[in-house]
Amino acid sequence: MPRLVSHPDEVKIVTRRFGMGAANIDRYIELGGYEAAKKCLEQGPDWIINEMKASNLRGRGGAGFPTGLKWSFVPKQSAKPKYVLVNGDESEPGTCKDHLIFLHDPHSVIEGTIIAGLAIGAKLGFIYLRGEYRYLLEIMEKAVADAYAKGFLGKNIFGSDTEFQVITQSGAGAYEVGEESALMESLEGKRGVPRIKPPFPAVVGLYGGPTVINNAETIATVPHVIAMGGASYAAVGSERNGGTRLFGISGHVERPGVYELPMGYNLKKMIYEVAGGVRGGRKLKAVVPGGSSTPVLLPEEIENLGMDFDQVGKAGSMLGSGGVVVIDDHTCIVEFALRTISFYQHESCGWCIPCREGTDWLKKSLTRFHAGFGIEKDIDTIRYIAENMLGRTFCPLGDAAAMPTLGFVKKFRKEFEDHLNGKPCPFAKHTEVAVV
Amino acid sequence: MSNETMTIFSPKLAARFDALVQKYPARRSALVPMLLYAQDEIGYLSDAVIAEVAERIGITELDVRNVATYYSMLRFKPAGKYNVQVCTNISCMLRGAYDVFERFQDELGVGHKGVTPDGLFSLEEVECIGACCWAPAIQVNYDFHDELTPESVSGILAEYRGKAKAEGTVSHA
Repeated sequence: MPRLVSHPDEVKIVTRRFGMGAANIDRYIELGGYEAAKKCLEQGPDWIINEMKASNLRGRGGAGFPTGLKWSFVPKQSAKPKYVLVNGDESEPGTCKDHLIFLHDPHSVIEGTIIAGLAIGAKLGFIYLRGEYRYLLEIMEKAVADAYAKGFLGKNIFGSDTEFQVITQSGAGAYEVGEESALMESLEGKRGVPRIKPPFPAVVGLYGGPTVINNAETIATVPHVIAMGGASYAAVGSERNGGTRLFGISGHVERPGVYELPMGYNLKKMIYEVAGGVRGGRKLKAVVPGGSSTPVLLPEEIENLGMDFDQVGKAGSMLGSGGVVVIDDHTCIVEFALRTISFYQHESCGWCIPCREGTDWLKKSLTRFHAGFGIEKDIDTIRYIAENMLGRTFCPLGDAAAMPTLGFVKKFRKEFEDHLNGKPCPFAKHTEVAVV
Repeated sequence: MSNETMTIFSPKLAARFDALVQKYPARRSALVPMLLYAQDEIGYLSDAVIAEVAERIGITELDVRNVATYYSMLRFKPAGKYNVQVCTNISCMLRGAYDVFERFQDELGVGHKGVTPDGLFSLEEVECIGACCWAPAIQVNYDFHDELTPESVSGILAEYRGKAKAEGTVSHA
C-alpha cells in the first residue's frame, strides 16, 4: 500500500479525503460528496463553465491548458454524441499522483466526470486507467457500480431528466496512450498512435464526436472547485495558476511522497523542507521538475522558483505532471540521460520518423558514450539529433524525448566530456543510494 | 458468440466478454481490455485466443495482432505463474532498482524476459509503473510491492512460492 505523507505547508483540497475511507460511497457522501454534482445539475452548463474559468484550474496532465476554456470549445449543438474522457493512463516517469486519487477517492473522479458531462452536454463518460493499475481499476469499477445503485449515474441522475453514463476502461501498457489523440485511438480498439490536429478533440474526438479529455487529477479537482467556488479556488494558487497541485517528490530525498501544495510553491523549499532535503546529507546536483520529459534544473535555478506553469516555463523547463525527481551529487548524469532516453525509445510508437529514429539514435549514442567509447563529436551529434526532433512530430513524445536530452547535454557538458576517450564512468556502476 | 461450446474461455469470462462488446458505442472498443483479460486467464495470447477475440469483435485476426503487438503488457508466449516486473525507470533507479533487479536475477537464475524451469516465475525489467514516490517498486502480476531493497527480494519470492504451494500448483523443479 503506497504510504501517505503529510506536511504542515500542505493545503489539502484534492487530498482532503485521502485515508478517510472515501472509496466507500456512503462515507464519500458523508464527507460532502456528490453535492457539487447536484449543484451543477441545478445551475446548468454556462454557470459551471464560468466557475471553472474563474478557478484558473489548468490541466494537470502536463500541458496546463485552462480547463474551463477547454470545455467552452465544445460546440453546444452537435449531430454526433459528445463524450467526456478521463485520462488515467498516468505513465510519465516520476508521476504517481493519480494512483492515490483512484485508491483513496475514486468517487471524486466520477463526480468530476459527471460535472464535465453536464458542462458540455455529454451523456457518456469514459474513465481510462493504465493496464498496470488493475487493483485501482477494480476500485473504480466498484465505485461506478455503487454510483449507479444510488441513481447518481444512469438515465435519470439524482432523480432528474438528465442522463449520464460512465464506462471504465483498461489500457494494456503504453506511455504513448497518455497523449489525448492516442488515448482515443486506444479506446476505439486500435494501436495508440496519435492523430494529426486539427481537428481538435473538442470538435472531432472519440468516435468522431466532440470530446473533452482531462487528466484524472484535473477531473478529481472539479468537484472541489464547484464546492469552494471558482474564485476561492483561484485564490489559493498563484497568478493565472489556480489552486493546488499534487506534487510527487521522488528520488534522493529523505521523505519522498505526494504532497498537495499551492501552485507557485517554492521548489527549493519543497525539496529541503517538505521532502526533508537530500537523502543522507548529500548535495543536490539537479532536479527534474515535472516528470521525465521536462528539462533538468540546476540547484542555482531553483532558489526562487515558484512551481507553477508560467514560472517554471520562464526558467526554461516545464511544470509538466508535477513529478519532481531529485538527483544527488553521487549520480552520473550521463547514465540518467541514458535511462531517460531508453524509456522514450521503448515507448515511441514509431508513427513519426523523427521520433522513431531520433530516440533510437540518441539511445545508441548515449549507450556508447556511457560505456566510455564516446568521441567529442558525439556530444554535438546528440544535440543535433535532439534539436531536429523538436516540433517535428504529430504528438509531443518526440519533444518529450528531445527536451530533457538537450537539457542534460547543455547543462552537464563537462560531465559528458569526463566520459570521453575510454575513461571509466566517474561514478559507481549504478546510481546508488546513500547508506543511511 | 452464438455457440457457447466453441469458446476457449471459462464460462465466467465468456459471459463477461458477451457483456463487454455490448457496452460501448462501437464493439471494437472492447478489444484492448478483452485481450488483457484473456491473457490473465490463458496466460498469453495464443493463436486460439487471437482467433476467438477476432470472431467476438468481428474483425480479422491480423487486425487483432496489429493492435496487440502495440501494447507492452500483452505477450505471445507464456510467462511464469508469477510475472515479476521490476521498474528501473528514473525514480526507481535513483533508489537502487538495478540492485533489486540483479538480486532477482541471482535468486531466480534467469534474466530479462526469462522464465524459471518450473514455470513458477518470470522476470521482466519494465518501464515506470506509477509508484515513483514509493521507489524502488515492482509488480508481481498485478500486485505492487514498494520501497524494496535487495534484502527484501527473497522474502517476496518465498511469499509467492508459499502461495503456489497452498494452491497446489505442481512444481517440476
